[in-house]
Amino acid sequence: MIARLWWVMLAGSVAIFALVMVLLALAFRKPAGPSGEAADQRRERVWIMGLGIGFSLAVLGALLVWGLAAGERLLPRPAPDLVTVRAEARQWAWDFGYADAPDRVTRNVLHIPAGRPVDVEITATDVIHSFWVPRLAGKLDAIPGHVNTLRIEAWEPGEYAGVSAEFSGTGYRDHVFTVIAHDPAGWDDFIAREAP
Amino acid sequence: MTALRLHRKLDPIWASDPGFRGWFTTVNNNDIGKIFLMTATAFFVIGGILAMLIRAQLATPESAFMGPAVYNQVFTMHGTIMMFLFAIPFFEALTVYLLPGMLGTRDLAFPRLSSYGFWCYFIGSSTMVVALVLGVAPQGGWFMYPPLSSTIGSPGIPADIWLLGISFVEVSAISAAVEVVVTVLRYRAAGMSLDKMPIFAWYMLVVAVMILTAFPPMILGSLLLELERAFGMPFFQVDSGGDALLWQHLFWLFGHPEVYIIFLPAAGAVSTILPVMARTTLLGYGWVVAAAVSLAVLSFGLWVHHMYTTGIPHMGLAFFSAASTLVAVPVGVQIFGWIGTLWKGRPQMHLPMLWIMGFFVTFVIGGLTGVMIAVVPFDWQVHDTHFIVAHLHYVLVGGFVFPMIAAIYYWLPVFSGRKRFFRMGETAFWLAVPGFHVTFLAVHWAGLLGQRRRTDSYDPGQGWEVINLIASIGSFVMAIGFALVIVDVAINALIASRGRRNPWGAGTLEWATALPSPSYNIASIPVVDSRYPMHTDPDLPNRIARGEGFLGEPIRNRRETLAVSTARGDPLQVVVFPQNSVVPFVMAVVTSVIFIAPIFKLYWLMFVAAFGVMVLSMRWVWVLGSRHDEGALDAGRGVSLPSASEVADPPGWWGSLFLLLADAVLFGSALFGYAFLWTVAPNWPPPAYLQPGVAGPALALGGAALALAGPRLAERRLRGGDTPYAGLVLGAAGLGALMAACVMVMRALPDPSAHAYDATVWVLSGYVLFHAGLAAIMAGFVMARGRAGFLSPRRFGELRVVRLWADYAVLTGLIALAAIYLPGLGT
Repeated sequence: MIARLWWVMLAGSVAIFALVMVLLALAFRKPAGPSGEAADQRRERVWIMGLGIGFSLAVLGALLVWGLAAGERLLPRPAPDLVTVRAEARQWAWDFGYADAPDRVTRNVLHIPAGRPVDVEITATDVIHSFWVPRLAGKLDAIPGHVNTLRIEAWEPGEYAGVSAEFSGTGYRDHVFTVIAHDPAGWDDFIAREAP
Repeated sequence: MTALRLHRKLDPIWASDPGFRGWFTTVNNNDIGKIFLMTATAFFVIGGILAMLIRAQLATPESAFMGPAVYNQVFTMHGTIMMFLFAIPFFEALTVYLLPGMLGTRDLAFPRLSSYGFWCYFIGSSTMVVALVLGVAPQGGWFMYPPLSSTIGSPGIPADIWLLGISFVEVSAISAAVEVVVTVLRYRAAGMSLDKMPIFAWYMLVVAVMILTAFPPMILGSLLLELERAFGMPFFQVDSGGDALLWQHLFWLFGHPEVYIIFLPAAGAVSTILPVMARTTLLGYGWVVAAAVSLAVLSFGLWVHHMYTTGIPHMGLAFFSAASTLVAVPVGVQIFGWIGTLWKGRPQMHLPMLWIMGFFVTFVIGGLTGVMIAVVPFDWQVHDTHFIVAHLHYVLVGGFVFPMIAAIYYWLPVFSGRKRFFRMGETAFWLAVPGFHVTFLAVHWAGLLGQRRRTDSYDPGQGWEVINLIASIGSFVMAIGFALVIVDVAINALIASRGRRNPWGAGTLEWATALPSPSYNIASIPVVDSRYPMHTDPDLPNRIARGEGFLGEPIRNRRETLAVSTARGDPLQVVVFPQNSVVPFVMAVVTSVIFIAPIFKLYWLMFVAAFGVMVLSMRWVWVLGSRHDEGALDAGRGVSLPSASEVADPPGWWGSLFLLLADAVLFGSALFGYAFLWTVAPNWPPPAYLQPGVAGPALALGGAALALAGPRLAERRLRGGDTPYAGLVLGAAGLGALMAACVMVMRALPDPSAHAYDATVWVLSGYVLFHAGLAAIMAGFVMARGRAGFLSPRRFGELRVVRLWADYAVLTGLIALAAIYLPGLGT
């Protein structure tokens, strides 16, 4: 869905950019317009009130409403089959905990069930980091003392690459993790397994 | 009088000292503007070299050119230098140079402050470059988020160098801003009402007020973080009641307006140059001013859009997303206003215009990607990727560097008196602008493919190799282009042939004098009755040069200019400017010790230097004013005006007023921080609140009453022909009582490192202690001035300055102490 947002915004931007460039180019092609008070007032109406205020407001208003609606749809909502996991970042590792298996901690690998909504409760122990699995959701910061909740959902079982997305010092580049989405059997198996 | 004779009389009065010594004693805006511009350009070159190192590193995957420890310093310093040591100083330098000429006055309002500001900038930024060479440069990214930038993440001195060095450089920004505001409001040609001001002056007025209101949160943040690093006062440590997010709020409260602080001077240059290049006048002057003002106001409402990913509730994000998209409307008004201006006139593609076209193409793209990332869900994806890097370069390079190059070429005749002869500029343009687009279009793309910013290298096989190689090649072409611009400007400034006056046929007053502009800027101060006086009155330059304006004959043989009424530009006062002086330079050196000593934990040295600055400021002020009443002075054109030392609002009062505006924003930010920690930080409330008791509040209230009454009494007695000393002593005693109340608070909470609450109370009471102490010292100083004969029933303006500072100390003192006492009453 964010991909569609991007393509629509790109198309709109190209159109606006083209419009501005054409207007700019025409200014060099056409002869100077009439001068005088009345002509200037007419120009102010066209260029400033019309294009500057009217056009800008219309485009931006539409985009804003649409963007906010899209954002609402991405927010966590109550769901019956919700799974909750915990992500704790430090320099430079991720520890993941599971509400369904309280003793279990996995380092740098997050296990989730595919096809079910998952709430990731994100925090950090030292400096600020950010939890980002590009193919599953946007990023959300891991801040010491705060817990931020991100809703993710993997449609297909498989492995998804995750990275920390807030600069955190010399080990930042390799501060990465993997998300493994299990099918229902695999997930039950993971939860039931003894802690290592 | 002939023009030449007048020049020969004025020049010795206004000229700076000859030779090497003159570099350090000059207070002339032309000299300072030029060395300021050259220094800022040098930092552009240094920042550019760092940029090339970054692109060399990223050109190939798994690059072994730099390790993360070095790379982190390089990108941190690239951002820091370009933002703080190049962009802001560069437009300040341009303003210092151009503003007096444009406004038709002889210098900026506080000539020695220009010099002090420049030297603060020069010393502070050189210190940071030395740190880079020594390998101890800051490495936490240019926005220095704690805890990474606090003692936990950054032991050692690099982070201290950033915090103290940048704060020091901001002293210079605040100085320049005070100067620009007072100059624009009070020092103009006669009859130049606000609606007849050159549009550039309007933009710079808006920018200067923004600097005064946006920089203080950042200065406060740096101060708090330095207090945490040096003394363990835990403002950003969550375990002791702090919160790392407080820094992000304070930083972006500064950081977003900062973007417009950088853009607006460039927009001011475009609004000035573009109509001249189109042989017409700016379309919708009033609309453009309104757009600049609303842009400034809106820019303070959208700092949170840098923090979309910090977990702020979605409703809050909706508000800031709306504000962030709304801010595009005034930008749209300006863009279409400029295109409308081109339609109105006959645009010609001179070199400045070419760069303005580069600005249009680049900045419009940057604005559009800006609107995209104001959309919250999209930002969640691209935040902290190279897409953001590309966006900000489109905005800053397109919206600042390109228009500034246009400005340099446009005003080059004013700087050098020469016309452009060598034609390297066009070649440079066709290297730099296409090179820029190749680079940063590619960088957008890398960001969309998920490449994070600030990683020192990347693995092959993610589809990023070709994109990064293209970006790096483009960036080197761009760098060659910028280098050619610098070479081209340098040789045209130094060796091209002399040009004629007003080569572009511009309408504003900086073109009304001989070029390059003389030391006194304008031979006499003209009467102006339109926005484009050079168009409506072609003979104006000759009459100015013959001394037919105000103050056209230097009969008193001293540096004089006119102060006018703010709105209408009616002549009000004759201001006497100070002589050349080495005090600003010496004071900048001593001030630098205040900021450099704490890096090495030499706190005693810091206090010695602070004492030194106090003594030097007294020396600074001592030479102002007069020991005898002068009465009405002949200002030329048959008008008599009072001297500025015989009025109720001397220049020092105006300067104090706007300095206190910045100060009040700093104080407000501290209160915001207190409220923020109170409501958001996880480990609140603290174990116990301070119990106010009776003695402290009583002392504070009694002291406040005395401090308010004292200076007023002093003024009444002085103007009635009596001595003012009793009132001043009373005021100082009141301020002392206020200080005692603060000391009591600090003694009741002896350990400021125990909890963020204790630390905050210390900061608030320390703030009051400082300001009450400062006002008390000023009261004592004015008593000494009175004894030396500087006060009389006509010369009472200095008492007004003391009263202003005492009132401010009382006001903030009572608010701060109320904020400290009230929580304890509730428990």
